Amino acid sequence: MSGGLDPWAALRSLTRARVALGRAGDALPTGRELEFRAAHAAARDAVHAPLDPGVLLAALPGREVLEVRSAAPDRATYLQRPDLGRQLADGTSLPATGADLAVVLADGLSPGAVQAHGPALVLALLDRLPGWSVAPVVVAHQARVALGDAVGAALGARAVVVLIGERPGLSAADSLGAYLTWDPRPGRVDAERNCVSNVRPPHGLSYAAAAGTLAALLTAARELGASGVALKDEGPALPG
Amino acid sequence: MTARRATLAGHTYEFPSLVELLAKATPARSGDVLAGCAAESAAERVAAQTVLADLPLAVFLEEQVVGYDEDDVTRLILDTHDRAAFAPVASLTVGGFRDRLLEWTADGDEAAITGLARGLTPEMVAAVSKLMRTADLVAVARRSPVVTGLRSTIGSPGRLATRLQPNHPTDDPLGVTASVLDGLLHGCGDAVIGINPATDSPARTVELLELLDAVIRRYEIPTQSCVLAHVTTTLRALDAGAPVDLVFQSVAGTQAANRAFGVTLDLLAEARAGALELGRGTVGDNVTYFETGQGSALSAGAHLGVGGRPVDQQTLEARAYGVARQFAPLLVNTVVGFIGPEYLYDGKQVLRAGLEDHFCGKLLGLPMGVDVCYTNHAEVDGDDTDTLTLLLGAAGCGFVIAVPGADDVMLHYQSLSFTDVLAARQVLGLRPAPEFEAWLARMGLLDDDGRVRALPPDAPAARALLAAAAP
Repeated sequence: MSGGLDPWAALRSLTRARVALGRAGDALPTGRELEFRAAHAAARDAVHAPLDPGVLLAALPGREVLEVRSAAPDRATYLQRPDLGRQLADGTSLPATGADLAVVLADGLSPGAVQAHGPALVLALLDRLPGWSVAPVVVAHQARVALGDAVGAALGARAVVVLIGERPGLSAADSLGAYLTWDPRPGRVDAERNCVSNVRPPHGLSYAAAAGTLAALLTAARELGASGVALKDEGPALPG
Repeated sequence: MTARRATLAGHTYEFPSLVELLAKATPARSGDVLAGCAAESAAERVAAQTVLADLPLAVFLEEQVVGYDEDDVTRLILDTHDRAAFAPVASLTVGGFRDRLLEWTADGDEAAITGLARGLTPEMVAAVSKLMRTADLVAVARRSPVVTGLRSTIGSPGRLATRLQPNHPTDDPLGVTASVLDGLLHGCGDAVIGINPATDSPARTVELLELLDAVIRRYEIPTQSCVLAHVTTTLRALDAGAPVDLVFQSVAGTQAANRAFGVTLDLLAEARAGALELGRGTVGDNVTYFETGQGSALSAGAHLGVGGRPVDQQTLEARAYGVARQFAPLLVNTVVGFIGPEYLYDGKQVLRAGLEDHFCGKLLGLPMGVDVCYTNHAEVDGDDTDTLTLLLGAAGCGFVIAVPGADDVMLHYQSLSFTDVLAARQVLGLRPAPEFEAWLARMGLLDDDGRVRALPPDAPAARALLAAAAP
């Protein structure tokens, strides 16, 4: 070996990709194989762990919290029928509030992400929106981003922010996404939303940075009366 | 048209249109349920297959799945149909066609099968695939070799090539290079060294093209590079004089879906002409590379056919091959498990789709490869990818995708690892592309039996290659 440095280690230092893993014949060595399985298992478990609303309630003391479910009755249906994850379950009733803002904490594809980061981001965001009236926080099970349109419309809110667990990767299973929609109602399309993704301190975006961006976007959306592509062009730079 | 019907166990099932018949005859998958076109029971599915088996193949030349007047993919398919090539099977039903293909396969009559390609429409091959089981899909595809070339030859019998996919979250040159070298040291990269760029910027695309070109020239590797940017970005790279080996584009099976991708047939033709003009080939002149995948039309809301009815995702996928084959591709691959569980839910559905796509592409004359892959929210794991890879190897698949440690750190999904490729080659007695295999031998990367050696880091070949990653 030249210079005393293991050249495989040198190769590994250049990228997060799984290079120079070594071989056991024409397969991976057992240790490397188990490392990969552990990463995949963590991601799989993150998808399938149910959302525990008690964790969210405990982290939002003094706030009124409502719970809703989408029309997808279970995880398997949720994964195969994104259309059902965008609709409220039959018989759902929410109070008409006329609030400026509704906030939805949605399980999405990583319930653990919203448990870990959701409440802190809600508090950081509301701190930055003095003077905004805010509807009760809604916790949503088996939810896609667009379920926020139905929730926001039912609450009569002028805007909705959906904080939702992003699809787990092998390196990160607890990344939170935030989606803002002005004048929410069923039928809104993705181009009418703004997104802040990868909220996951300390490795990803901090609560303060995400809340700052969201508050600026909400303020701009209120002036413009719209969110999405139109807002993005004039609004603050989004991370990523 | 009168409704087609079949009676099973005393219940009569009726299929008012060709679109519905094809959809209901399709083996179960989540995307067709999502689209609202799947069979509602196992019996209805077999009833549809029974009706489909009796349908004359020639019906597909008269009756459309997506309308001729409103869809340029349909026009392309029908306007370029070769009646002389179709003649040997023109009088057969779909079921009779399945039987004939299996007879030719058993007899080893490859010429009879490959000679049909231009006479078959995507809808015909989709239809017959719906009547086939796993072993049928493997056996017939194996007898339908398609060989293409640019600086290496892809698709020869007994070979399994690889796209080395050295993606990096920020396109960092050293990071990309590290993955390239790791792949080369594992005998991968013979089909293409192809990067999915983290952004679609033309300047970045040119930088990455130059990076890969430099590695290929430095070690005189008989392969080609590709940066999988949008075709309009590649056109700008061509204008800038960048070393473009292959024009890449994702394509789908309807005009509306291609529009959603920002692609027209004219754009593809223009970019292909630009790459051809560079004359960068040594063993062939195939300069395009296409990716497809079941569900892409539905995800773009562009999956409706005649009468506004949803077309099943497998038939639409075969139609994407109808687009690709007009541009003499070097490589076409379905990205079979990438799109997620709402289209292919579990290992069984991904396995079936991968084999169908490979079979349909081969019958249509395409150099098919497969990205054997999955996301973390699908019911799929490494056992499933092993199964599909070994079956594809047996089926004569031209190439597979390979990434370091099966983990794509930019696109966040799992594909095959370099060792997965070595294992499949070993089990099935398959070898790399011939020019690339000779290069591996010259570099001292092969043992006496022609297998890729596990090198100690002070081996001359390892030292030589690792020098490219020195900062």
